[in-house]
Amino acid sequence: MSGHEPDLLYSEIEQELRASVRALLTDRCPWSAVLGRVENDAAEVADPALWRGLASLGVTGLPIAESRGGAGATLRESAVVAEELGRAVAPVPFLGSAVLATAALLAVDGDGPAGPALAALAAGESTAALVAPLTSCPGSAFPDLVRAEGGGLTGTVPGVVDALNADVLVVPARGPDGPGLHLVPAAEAARTPVVSLDLTRPLAVVELAGAPATLLASGGRAAEAFESALVAGAALLSAEQLGLAEWALDTTVAYLKERTQFGRPLGSFQALKHRLADLWVSVSQARAVVRSAVSAVAAGSPDAPLSAALAQAFVSGVAVRAAEEAVQLHGGIGFTWEHPAHLYLKRAKSASIALGTADRHRARIAALADLPPAS
Amino acid sequence: MTTVTDGALDAAAMRRRVADFVAAHDPATTEQTEFLTARFDAGLAWVHFPEGAGGLGAPRALQSVVDEEFERFGSVPTGREHLVIGLGMAAPTILAFGTDEQRSRFLKPLYTGEEVWCQLFSEPGAGSDLAALGTRAVPDGDTWVVDGQKVWTSIAHQARWAMLVARTDPNAPKHRGMTYFICDMTDPGVDVRPLRQLTGEAEFNEVYLDGVRLPDALRLGGVGEGWKVARTTLMNERVSIGGRAEPREGGLIGLLTRIWRTRPELRTPGLHEDLLKLWVEAEAARLTKERLRQQMAAGQPGPEGSAAKLSFADLNQRISGLELELLGVEGLGYDDWTFRRPEGLDFTERAPGFHYLRTKGNSIEGGTSEILRNIIAERVLGLPGEPRVDKDVAWKDLPK
Repeated sequence: MSGHEPDLLYSEIEQELRASVRALLTDRCPWSAVLGRVENDAAEVADPALWRGLASLGVTGLPIAESRGGAGATLRESAVVAEELGRAVAPVPFLGSAVLATAALLAVDGDGPAGPALAALAAGESTAALVAPLTSCPGSAFPDLVRAEGGGLTGTVPGVVDALNADVLVVPARGPDGPGLHLVPAAEAARTPVVSLDLTRPLAVVELAGAPATLLASGGRAAEAFESALVAGAALLSAEQLGLAEWALDTTVAYLKERTQFGRPLGSFQALKHRLADLWVSVSQARAVVRSAVSAVAAGSPDAPLSAALAQAFVSGVAVRAAEEAVQLHGGIGFTWEHPAHLYLKRAKSASIALGTADRHRARIAALADLPPAS
Repeated sequence: MTTVTDGALDAAAMRRRVADFVAAHDPATTEQTEFLTARFDAGLAWVHFPEGAGGLGAPRALQSVVDEEFERFGSVPTGREHLVIGLGMAAPTILAFGTDEQRSRFLKPLYTGEEVWCQLFSEPGAGSDLAALGTRAVPDGDTWVVDGQKVWTSIAHQARWAMLVARTDPNAPKHRGMTYFICDMTDPGVDVRPLRQLTGEAEFNEVYLDGVRLPDALRLGGVGEGWKVARTTLMNERVSIGGRAEPREGGLIGLLTRIWRTRPELRTPGLHEDLLKLWVEAEAARLTKERLRQQMAAGQPGPEGSAAKLSFADLNQRISGLELELLGVEGLGYDDWTFRRPEGLDFTERAPGFHYLRTKGNSIEGGTSEILRNIIAERVLGLPGEPRVDKDVAWKDLPK
């Protein structure tokens, strides 16, 4: 590994992509707008106009080849988008559709039915959801919540992200011959909103009762596709967590420069500035860890599972700490509904549970890095 | 000496220059000092220095290209651990503030290793608050007479020269009354005594300065400008991030994981959890250092350097603490309490107890972790400083 470290910097193209996404979000997704949307019913939280704007920038097709209607970039570039979406705590189905479902579809044979589905996702014409609990951790067993039998899919899956407004569902299901990955028109499924801790990322219970499905892959291929979607999701979620942590740090630093108590700016008190210095160190480290993970995933490196596990084991905690520090160091105002800190706190804590807790990722590291437990 | 004729200063030109140089000076057969002297004269010592000062006036990022090329041709200078202070801190300070005479007198032997340097900054009464220092330099004609005591001086017993900051105007506020000198360590007034540490050995020294006479030609920078010059030295202390990638599990975490893998009988669930947490943090810190290295190579140095020292100090301490716990009864032992000067600082040769004790210095030496947090908060995040009571008071009137 030494001497062949991935490029941990941002390319010029990535910087340009960031600038255009940030400009769009600054214009169309200020936190006041996000706070307004979370008062809506769960199915109305996601912002379809914002999603169309993002799609017109090409962010939905980044990891999809040009021959399949995509932008021919990689998940490395998608990660820069994820950072910006985390920074804005934007209510759009990026994680569920442009990361998890897209990664699953990319991992199966593109000449089959996955091809048209990917083209529609790339064009922003439809969104998709991966029908597995958002807590699914890479390395865990193929899910058996849905059974494939008699030509249809049947089962109930809780905690599915970005399913409420999805057009198609990518469904891992077990059949008589083992694992299978299926495509289901979303209208064939009952999707019940759940009241989510993260107001900006609505979840649903998805119920399938003999839903007609198109088989995308079966057996080992299906299991690998599902696993690679979770690994990609873990890496990309860490990019979103990085953006969130940066927002929390920047906002808190700005507040402590301006807020005065005891005749001094709060930021001049060592007890507070040392906490922010430590947080800045952690955020700097998170950036390196995220870049390493998304590069490994984008390159299909054998190191990708370990890098993604590291990213979740490390960055999840940094994002939670950053959001918690934002609430605490803003004092009373940080505890109010009218201040955006709570949106970030809820996103950060939920994200730390999504795609495996840090503890589960450490267990994965133990297995992948040959650090066995006590017997 | 070299056959390079074009003036291009890009990576390809650097590779050509190195190839031409080793064609004329075979690293396998040329004696090291002679080789390094020629390398200095060819401008390949530190390419970002100006011509005549060991460099070519090239971008700093090209130095790593040159170092890699020399390594590829089998030229890796050895036995230079004790030159770190000279190479990393004295050289950039002399370059920034030295006169032409000082540059041509000091830089070359510093680079070749013929002259060793140390740093006379800290004092018993001036640690984190370095600007409070009280070592006096009083003019006597064309000479300065220096009296005082310095501490925490590595390499002083081997050094030919020292970077010295002394007080020349006790009536000025503390930051304004200091002057920077190059101290002749062979002066009869210099007394170097080993300082025993909690590890039992003496890596550092106390240095007593008693009527040391330094000609004014050894002054670096203007009278009263010592603080400005010293800040250049200190800045370079914290930017000494190496030019090569560090492998995963390099450093202390590697010692710990080796024990873990080879000694299954020592494993417990709680230690496993602690080990994994430290592995994650060590890998994050390694990648951060790697990212900083890539930034510097791309000519975009970031402020993460001070963060690297902060996180490695903390990590090293916790890793070595866990190593002792993991080893159980072996963790109760120690290898050697003898009061002696160590040859180098090779952790792998020493007992785990030494790792635990020595790393306690990591958060103190080269800027305490608390001072580094102030630096990050104030210089990187732009947070306001604490109110100061000492800024406009004459040094002589400050409480001591």
